[in-house]
Amino acid sequence: MIAQADDTLTIYERSKAGRRAFLAPETDVPERPLDELLPAQYRRAEPPRLPEVAEPEIVRHYNRLSKRNFDLDTGFYPLGSCTMKHNPKLHERVAGLPGHARVHPLQDPRYAQGALELMWRLQEALGEVAGLPHVSLQPSAGSQGELAGVLLTRALHEDRGERRTKVLTPDTAHGTNPATVTMAGYEVVKVDIDAHGNVDLDDLRSKANDDVACLMLTNPSTLGLFETGIEEIERIVHGVGATLYYDGANLNAIMGISRPGDMGFDIVHFNLHKSFTQPHGGGGPGAGPVAVSDQIEPFLPRPQVVRRESTTNGKEPFYDLDYDRPKSIGRLRGFQGNYGVFVRSYAYIRSLGAAGLLDASETAVLNANYLLALLRRKGVAEYLPVAYDRLCMHEFVLSGEPMRRELHIKTLDMAKRLLDHGVHPPTVYFPLVVEEALMVEPTETETKETLDRFAEIVAEILEEAAEDPEIARAAPYTTPVRRLDEAGAARQPVVRQSMQV
Amino acid sequence: MTQYTSVTDADLSEMLSTIGVGSVDELFADIPSGLRLNRPLSLGPGLSEQEVYEELRALAARSTSAEDEVSFLGAGMYDHYTPALIDSIILRSEFLTPYTPYQPEISQGGLQAMFEYQTAISELTGLPVSNASVYEGPSAVAAAGYVAKNTNNRKRFVISRGVHPHSRECLRTLAHAWEMEVVEAPLRDGATALPELDDGVSAVIVQQPNFLGAIEDLTALAEAAKQTGALTIAACDPLPLALLKTPGECGVDIAVGEGQTLGNRLDFGGPSFGFFAATEALMRRMPGRIAGETKDVDGKRGFVLTLQTREQHIRREKATSNICTAQALNALAGVIYLSWLGRSGIVELVELMLQRTAYARDHLTAIDGITQIHDRAVVREFAIAVDAPVERVIARCREQGINPGYPLARDYPEHSNGLLIAITERRTRADIDRLADALGAAVAAERQTVAAGT
Repeated sequence: MIAQADDTLTIYERSKAGRRAFLAPETDVPERPLDELLPAQYRRAEPPRLPEVAEPEIVRHYNRLSKRNFDLDTGFYPLGSCTMKHNPKLHERVAGLPGHARVHPLQDPRYAQGALELMWRLQEALGEVAGLPHVSLQPSAGSQGELAGVLLTRALHEDRGERRTKVLTPDTAHGTNPATVTMAGYEVVKVDIDAHGNVDLDDLRSKANDDVACLMLTNPSTLGLFETGIEEIERIVHGVGATLYYDGANLNAIMGISRPGDMGFDIVHFNLHKSFTQPHGGGGPGAGPVAVSDQIEPFLPRPQVVRRESTTNGKEPFYDLDYDRPKSIGRLRGFQGNYGVFVRSYAYIRSLGAAGLLDASETAVLNANYLLALLRRKGVAEYLPVAYDRLCMHEFVLSGEPMRRELHIKTLDMAKRLLDHGVHPPTVYFPLVVEEALMVEPTETETKETLDRFAEIVAEILEEAAEDPEIARAAPYTTPVRRLDEAGAARQPVVRQSMQV
Repeated sequence: MTQYTSVTDADLSEMLSTIGVGSVDELFADIPSGLRLNRPLSLGPGLSEQEVYEELRALAARSTSAEDEVSFLGAGMYDHYTPALIDSIILRSEFLTPYTPYQPEISQGGLQAMFEYQTAISELTGLPVSNASVYEGPSAVAAAGYVAKNTNNRKRFVISRGVHPHSRECLRTLAHAWEMEVVEAPLRDGATALPELDDGVSAVIVQQPNFLGAIEDLTALAEAAKQTGALTIAACDPLPLALLKTPGECGVDIAVGEGQTLGNRLDFGGPSFGFFAATEALMRRMPGRIAGETKDVDGKRGFVLTLQTREQHIRREKATSNICTAQALNALAGVIYLSWLGRSGIVELVELMLQRTAYARDHLTAIDGITQIHDRAVVREFAIAVDAPVERVIARCREQGINPGYPLARDYPEHSNGLLIAITERRTRADIDRLADALGAAVAAERQTVAAGT
């Protein structure tokens, strides 16, 4: 390839005045002077300095950029808590059909029956998986689903004439949980973890009181462990009149096996980009629907997709948007949610059905436990012990602390050395309760051979570090760039291209 | 096994024996037996790929898309042409399937694209800092409100009635939790008329062009806000910004908006993206990911997620926002689209819309029984009132295969027979002439019906 160095040029640096890709359609109406249509006082002096490039250069630029990305379709991606499972290719095809992709969100419901029926069916399916009957698809991603959950809690308590100020989150919670609590106007109170990685029930009892609005919980937890005390947790939380909120980031472990609603959760959010195969897109889009119990239902966001049964015999039911929800918390976003994501997730649920979703969760847990067993072998376990020595669910957390002490390489170094082996590293330094944490989630769509190979690679890196820790400490070597100066980037932020005038 | 899993019987027995358990069921021993479902989910059986395709195709056939009618619907999302090169790039698995770029060494493609996107948004808005995207337009308005609240701790928002009704509702949803008051500034002759402002106002929030299509005098609005120390937040339609005085020039502190018009499809409302740009002073208060330029150990240029100490995964309850996954792929479509339009193309496109919209506005308002709701300058959308029941007028147009626009009554009861009409570059003069004929005939027929009834 000519000019390797060119690979780092930005699209602006490839720009040359006068080049273009866009040709405007003909102006087929009588032209009027610009000043008449848009007075000069409202106009900018100079057009925005967008790139000037022809189509071939745009295509080549972004194709070259793409080759500087690692992706799920190329290699193993055991990024804990992110559920990097295969994204079925059918989904892009069906989501691209004009009857899905080019329907205007304000189309009259009479002319959007297909879209509304799909949403209604997805609501029903998600409600069944959660064990909670009412679903709003509106939230845009997990974090907005969480926000919906806490605002729903607030609405419930206000409706009862109560004013509560605190929300409990365990030490192991995703960062989004405490951030959401603050954003929803509550104060965060942390709950400790016991020696087995479960919520410390005594600590929970001491902090649960009638000032507590909610407990936000991920089950399985971010340690990949099922909360064995969930029934007691439910009694404690409901005993003080608080709600029990389920962060669905880890739902992939229990689909068809156990349901949050049956555990006593009042509100659940789903990450359709995790368990339900929406591609992650390098950081979105996702979708974060919520499922709730009967007592929470009146407060769901507006509008809600509903099915109105026909009053006349033999007529089709009518799918509609219901705005008449006087107790609703209101809107969280525009229109009806990330419909394109719903199409993909609905296609996934139809492809797998009940037995397939169960198989997905069983296999996710099987793969995680198998990989954990492989990593318990001699030569690995003494450096990367599992943080809590139990059977895991769909993911597990290792501690790199002995590795750091004995072999003088940190978890970060292990992660960077994995890059040289063509593997995406696990989630690192999370959860915070485990020192030098590595959180591994293989997902159900990986083969046994891939898991075997990953375990071998980890062992090889440890052996190599025992010989010469510098190799891992200076890794990676084979990636498009090597370790980057992140501190410098934050100290003197350069967040846009500078333009030569 | 399913089509997406690979555990053969032989694999299974080997894996179980490595784990040291006798069955998959034993792996779930931590789940209390009373909480096991012990029945199949009632979701029916799985289907073949072909069967799923047919079902999704049948559902698609039951909605009317922008290909099936001549549509003048806008009101926040618009039927623009999206060039073929966007799909050819964003459907590449290297962009479609990675996670958020937490490992920058193997994510340079996505990170550099974010940096290029931020630059384009900065150019459009005239503000120095853009983040890498937020969810979409209306929630971006609430997100900007959160920044204002945390910046000055004041207790009131003043939001124009010209701001998209969904944005106003999103702000109210959160302002309630923040125990903040939301005061609506009325529209006078189509433009925002600010009430008396005092030092209790956290932010003045307006939209450009506003929901009824009118160009607002952003400079005057921002000046009034500044007098009392309030921030100015402008929700902007990004395409018209190619011609309009930038929010930055006008003194706006935060510009947000819906990015669907930049290369993203309608998708019945999402996914698209929201943009969020601000002044230097607010950089460390911004929500969401921000890509920044830096160097690697060999001195090579590279990009990373920067200013992460603002974010939830580091800062937890003190984060500037809870946002995590946003809309990276949609923002990528946005920057590809803007590169395709280019510096001169974006101006030509907006001028074309301006001319056709002026043509449509002149022709429609010349019809007996149709008047304009305001006479302010517009770019691609304008509001009219029909002298007949608007829903019946719409129904008559639909019989001609024309969707004439968005009825205003639900959001603006004061315009009970109002209609908002959007003219993108996809609507030709011939389409506009058909609209004029259909609307004229529909209004005349309905007026006759009304007259006959009385």
